[in-house]
Amino acid sequence: MKHSKQPALSPERTLYLKQNKRTQNRIRLCRWGVLVVFLLAWEGSARLGLIDSFIFSQPSRILRTYQTMLQDDLLYHIRVTVGETLAGFLLGAAAGVLLAILLWWNAFISKVSEPYLVVLNSLPKIALGPVIIIIAGAGTKAIVFMALAISLVVTVLEMLSGFRDTDKSAIRMARTFGATKRQIFTKIVFPANIPTLFDSLKVNIGLSLVGVIAGEFLVSRAGLGYLIVYGGQVFKMDLVMASVIILAVTAALLYEAVALIQHIIGRRFGAR
Amino acid sequence: MAILQVEHLRQVYQSKDGETVALEDIHFSMEKGEFFSVVGPSGCGKSTLLSIISGMLPATDGRVLVAGEEIKAPSSHIGYMLQQDNLLEWRTIRQNVLLGLEIRRQLTPEMRDRADHLLETYGLAAFANRHPSQLSGGMRQRAALIRTLAINPDILLLDEAFSALDYQTRLEVTEDVYRIIKREQVTALMVTHDIPESICMGDKVLILSERPAVIRTVLPIRFNMDKRTPITCRSQPEFAGYFNHIWKELGMNEALETAGTVAGEDPLS
Repeated sequence: MKHSKQPALSPERTLYLKQNKRTQNRIRLCRWGVLVVFLLAWEGSARLGLIDSFIFSQPSRILRTYQTMLQDDLLYHIRVTVGETLAGFLLGAAAGVLLAILLWWNAFISKVSEPYLVVLNSLPKIALGPVIIIIAGAGTKAIVFMALAISLVVTVLEMLSGFRDTDKSAIRMARTFGATKRQIFTKIVFPANIPTLFDSLKVNIGLSLVGVIAGEFLVSRAGLGYLIVYGGQVFKMDLVMASVIILAVTAALLYEAVALIQHIIGRRFGAR
Repeated sequence: MAILQVEHLRQVYQSKDGETVALEDIHFSMEKGEFFSVVGPSGCGKSTLLSIISGMLPATDGRVLVAGEEIKAPSSHIGYMLQQDNLLEWRTIRQNVLLGLEIRRQLTPEMRDRADHLLETYGLAAFANRHPSQLSGGMRQRAALIRTLAINPDILLLDEAFSALDYQTRLEVTEDVYRIIKREQVTALMVTHDIPESICMGDKVLILSERPAVIRTVLPIRFNMDKRTPITCRSQPEFAGYFNHIWKELGMNEALETAGTVAGEDPLS
């Protein structure tokens, strides 16, 4: 809501706001502080020989690794991993939502498939890796498939429970106007579950990344997962650490991207 | 000719434990512009009656005619207002009000104008682009009523439509709704468990019995004044007489004596 005129602030209010801001600043300062202290301690103890930098690597060596990696093909590997993750994520989300719609629509199919969904949900999908590689071939397809397999079942279950929990009384209201099942879905059930959808997307982007890295470990052709496995095999811990850090940043950015889209869409669907 | 004819309705529910007769030979008719209240012991099938009249629930026996036409499915002849306002948070008030027309695929420019006109007339035009959470409880209920009236129904069914509101708001909203219904000349059938509400809104009160519900009495309500409104009715001398009559019919004399309540304000809630 907009206020056209701001009244003059009372001294108590000014003080309150000031203290609020001070707390915020302290939190921000400490966050950065923890990182800086950690990096300094790491670098320092490596230089002093307290830890073996061959095994634990060290920030300065990681920085140097980035320089050589950038000249090589770091960006290419990042692109591969992000591409595969997005592909698995989008396919998983789309297929998951479609399946959830099907199960919401048809109570019979839903009842029949219930035990299978429960089993599939608790099965660690990575165990299917070898099967997937044999079926899809040792390449991008297998990796995307792995990401899809990991995120699919969770999406189905979460969306389905969201659809089912939709306010019964809102559905009844639509029925009083003679709404068809399709209209009940498009006008009530689906829009009511936009928040559920985004909650599940936020979980899925992380899960897809897990699937992609696991896939890259197995397929070992390209991507950050490949760099990590390769670095481990030839004992280049600098490369492993550098890749892990890039991976962490990538994961955070992907999550933030989903959160940003949620924010934009959330606005269009009314304040929440 | 009567606008609503309810002919010998009978309703039987089937369940694993057996069958339950909810309604037995419910038969009455309403003239255009009349307001009927329906009261009855809780669980007697009041809401079932409305569901059948609205066309959402097929009756076991009997039929419902609106303007001579048999009702077999939800139709735009009938507006049905539920206990909750059920305004959708992701829609603006205007979009909420248009929902019924949208579902019925009657979103013509004329109907749109009509809805806008209703918003204007009943003081919600300034809030048309707001979201429901920005409105008070009373305004939300008014928006829900306009959503129901936007499809231009001949008959309005109200199912405990005010019971989710706090007392203060409830008095305000009944006043509001009564005024709107009278002004739009809608025929209204209201189910309530609130005896004072049934008296101060209804031209007639249908008193149902325990299950299986039959119509025990049709009590005409007349107040000796020109322009009655729900609030003014409450202070009329006839009010207490009607209250006691309905109270007795509902067979709550004993409960009243044992509880030691004074008849006046709704002792049920």
